[in-house]
Amino acid sequence: MINRRPSSEQILWLCAAMALVITPHLSRLPIWAGIAFGLLALWRLGVAFGRISLPARWLRVFLVLAILPAVYLSQGTLFGRSAGLTLLAALAGMKLLETQSPRDAYVVTLLGFFLVITHFLYQQSIAIGIYMLLVVIVFTATLMTIHGHGLAQAPIRRLRYAGILVLQAMPIALLLFLLFPRLPGPLWGLPKDAYSTVTGLGETMSPGSVSRLSLSDAVAFRVKFDGPPPPAAALYWRGPVLWTTDGRTWSGLSRGPVHRLPDHGRNGTDTRYTVTLEPHNQRWLFALDLPASTPRGSVLSEDFQLLRRKRIRQRLRYRARSRLDQRPHNISAISAARALALPQGAHPTSRALAKRWRRESRGEQAYIQRVLAHFRQQPFYYTLRPPLLGGDTVDEFMFSSRRGFCEHYAAAFTVFMRAAGIPARIVTGYQGGEYNPLGQYLVVRQRDAHAWVELWLEGSGWVRVDPTAAVSPSRIELGMDAAIPQPLGPPLLGLADNATARELWRNFRQSWDALNNGWNQWVLGYGMERQRQLLARIHIDSGNLAEIALALMLSITLSLGILALWLWRRRAPGDPVLGLYRRFCQKLKRRHIECGRSEGPVDFCRRITRQHPQFSAEASEISRLYIDLRYGSKRTDISRLRQAVKIFHP
Amino acid sequence: MPIGLTITTEFPEIRETLDNVVRQIGAVVLGKEHSTRLSLACLLARGHLLIEDIPGVGKTTLAHTLAHALGLGFQRIQFTSDLLPADILGVSVYDRDVAAFRFHPGPIFSELVLADEVNRATPKAQSALLEAMEEAQVTHEGETRPLPEAFFVIATQNPSHQIGTFPLPESQLDRFLMRVELGYPGAAAERTLLQGCDRRELISTLQPLLDVAQLLRLQHQVREIHASEALLDYLQALLDYSRNAPEFHSGLSPRAGLALLHSAQAWALMAGRAHLLPEDLQAILPAVTGHRLHWASGAGDPGTKTSSHLLEQVAIP
Repeated sequence: MINRRPSSEQILWLCAAMALVITPHLSRLPIWAGIAFGLLALWRLGVAFGRISLPARWLRVFLVLAILPAVYLSQGTLFGRSAGLTLLAALAGMKLLETQSPRDAYVVTLLGFFLVITHFLYQQSIAIGIYMLLVVIVFTATLMTIHGHGLAQAPIRRLRYAGILVLQAMPIALLLFLLFPRLPGPLWGLPKDAYSTVTGLGETMSPGSVSRLSLSDAVAFRVKFDGPPPPAAALYWRGPVLWTTDGRTWSGLSRGPVHRLPDHGRNGTDTRYTVTLEPHNQRWLFALDLPASTPRGSVLSEDFQLLRRKRIRQRLRYRARSRLDQRPHNISAISAARALALPQGAHPTSRALAKRWRRESRGEQAYIQRVLAHFRQQPFYYTLRPPLLGGDTVDEFMFSSRRGFCEHYAAAFTVFMRAAGIPARIVTGYQGGEYNPLGQYLVVRQRDAHAWVELWLEGSGWVRVDPTAAVSPSRIELGMDAAIPQPLGPPLLGLADNATARELWRNFRQSWDALNNGWNQWVLGYGMERQRQLLARIHIDSGNLAEIALALMLSITLSLGILALWLWRRRAPGDPVLGLYRRFCQKLKRRHIECGRSEGPVDFCRRITRQHPQFSAEASEISRLYIDLRYGSKRTDISRLRQAVKIFHP
Repeated sequence: MPIGLTITTEFPEIRETLDNVVRQIGAVVLGKEHSTRLSLACLLARGHLLIEDIPGVGKTTLAHTLAHALGLGFQRIQFTSDLLPADILGVSVYDRDVAAFRFHPGPIFSELVLADEVNRATPKAQSALLEAMEEAQVTHEGETRPLPEAFFVIATQNPSHQIGTFPLPESQLDRFLMRVELGYPGAAAERTLLQGCDRRELISTLQPLLDVAQLLRLQHQVREIHASEALLDYLQALLDYSRNAPEFHSGLSPRAGLALLHSAQAWALMAGRAHLLPEDLQAILPAVTGHRLHWASGAGDPGTKTSSHLLEQVAIP
């Protein structure tokens, strides 16, 4: 067994299972690593099935030593997620190549199981979960093959058998999932390079930065309201607030002062909701305008941004409370100055026009209405693909291109306000969202990203003005889909214009998103907090590790007990005659008299008579009764056999 | 003295009669009781027997004695390379008195036919014999003539590696219910053989213990032996293993399954029992499967018999 070489069948299983676990990684591995893995596996298959021989020892050592510099050269480091994966995949290929004993084969299988885990460092979707479950079944079948399992020879039957084994392990996996103490954050920190490609709002805004997001269907966050959701026009999700500009790019304050919420007391008009935020690698949380509470672990800045201490790199769930009818009232001298500042010499035409209009208008309100009317009446277009602006962005937009997305309108409007002496700032965030009636929650996607303006008006405080609404009212009231119809759904079907198909596609997308939301909430979002809630419901204090350990052990013992009982009961309804004879054999086995697998009752009894004459009489009687009952032609009474076996005490 | 196992025997008188037959044959063919019993079981199960061994170990004597002890008409055909089918089946000769062809039955028209050294004849002659065995009748020039009701062929053959042999193809080997080997006699038997008189002379002194009618009745009784569900489970487990295990070239056919069952039934009747035991199957299995089950090339240990491997691997359910 120990020195037995793995058969070609076992090698085939190993290679197939490893190929299955590596395949989804191929897009993440450098090309050379994928090719190297394939070649190493093919080489091993060639050894198993063809006439190729295993590489010499020096060549193997050389290949292993070559892997390290290769990883370093292609990844620039040996540490971190992608370098680690490359290293693991290449070395797993090497181990596969040099598999010469069952022990090596076991090591390769364990590497395979570990490779299954690495996928979840990249993706935690339902699809990858199901795929990896299947891969685990294939690896279990491979283990059976290596072990020389006599049962289930055909591959399909072996896979089925492995599937049953995995299924039987499920209850315990589930218990461990529910009860094993959760750590704050992942078990091991995700390496730093894991967040480079996260999409979301940035800290700055320049022409094109929001419209780029609007092409993304990625989910920004999901919201579940305690009551009915507010109307779409009220759904302004407040994010970063931008104050300063260099004429082209707008940015926020590096570290604004912290604002303490005045205690308004509990108010019946508060909107309460739970947000599940996708990781965006920034510090801010999103809340409906205007936030009236600070979720745990966050602070409120003076310009009413919710900020967390650390960047959000994990899906985050938080409760929030907002007051939709309230506006910020605070302004300091410094912020008033900031809200009027414009870069020296920028946007001369716009500023001149602004000054002229301000002079001609009676009061600030009339001036604001005039600017908005200008947007409404002049041929301004709301478009996802505005022309590139080369020179002075605001002047060019106002007087020549007149095509823009919300950031263009917000920026231009702010310049007009500041030029006329009205303090103004830009608020970015999201507007609207799609209500999912299946899951009864709101999905806010990246393409709902938006920018609007807040003006400081004496007596009213910071008033929200959305210049985009002047150009495209449907954007605010009906959402992005209505404002800019896009070819929805699979374009290859050519059904984009068909209303029924659109509706079907929309329904499908909502069901799929509801499923994903459930997965996020209950599987991926099952962290410390949820565990605490669950444990509290069964009266276990999650802070007490001893209690958790006890609960874990008790429940696992219980589930194993149930499984054992079930297996035992499945075994029991066999022939009662056979059961009695097995008991007779069991009793003899304690005396080290063992019945052979293919030893018939007559032969066994004769052997007992020969070797242990003291049991001969009883054994003969039991054997005779058993033979008559099991093989005889006449039905005889089982009770005598039962009695004989019962009183038999060797 | 320990009390041994007494198994219910429904037919003690049959057991005694058949034991006597075995004993009588044992007086001539020395030290070959198991082979004798197998041969008798084969005959009771209405099967044909192939005895394979080197020349001079008593193949012909066994066949001859069996015929005598059972009171069967006996014919011997010595197979040679120039044997023609007509030499076995018979020939039509023109009869001048009646001005017509008259059929002269060949040696096959006998109750027990000994086909000696069957693998020395050409395939053509071999298949004439084997066809008659299968059909239990002879068709000659369009006329079908039935063979005797009790018809039993014992063929002997030399190991196939000997010079001048035409080995029987597998399909024809399958027509034989059992294949037994005799082997060298034990030391004691050999001594008796060396001291005693000519075996052939002894045969003529034997008294038949059965007649044809009794034999036919016994053959009928064999099929009535009860096979319980448990025993059929075991038989099917054996067949299943032979078909699914990679170490065998090809599994046992359904015909082989029936052969196993009938042979085991005969074996049980010889023990006077009306029901089958797993031991009955185990006793006859090597003789029934020896010529049917072969190692897949490169698998298994060629030194081990396939039948003992099969018995070891399959647990009695």
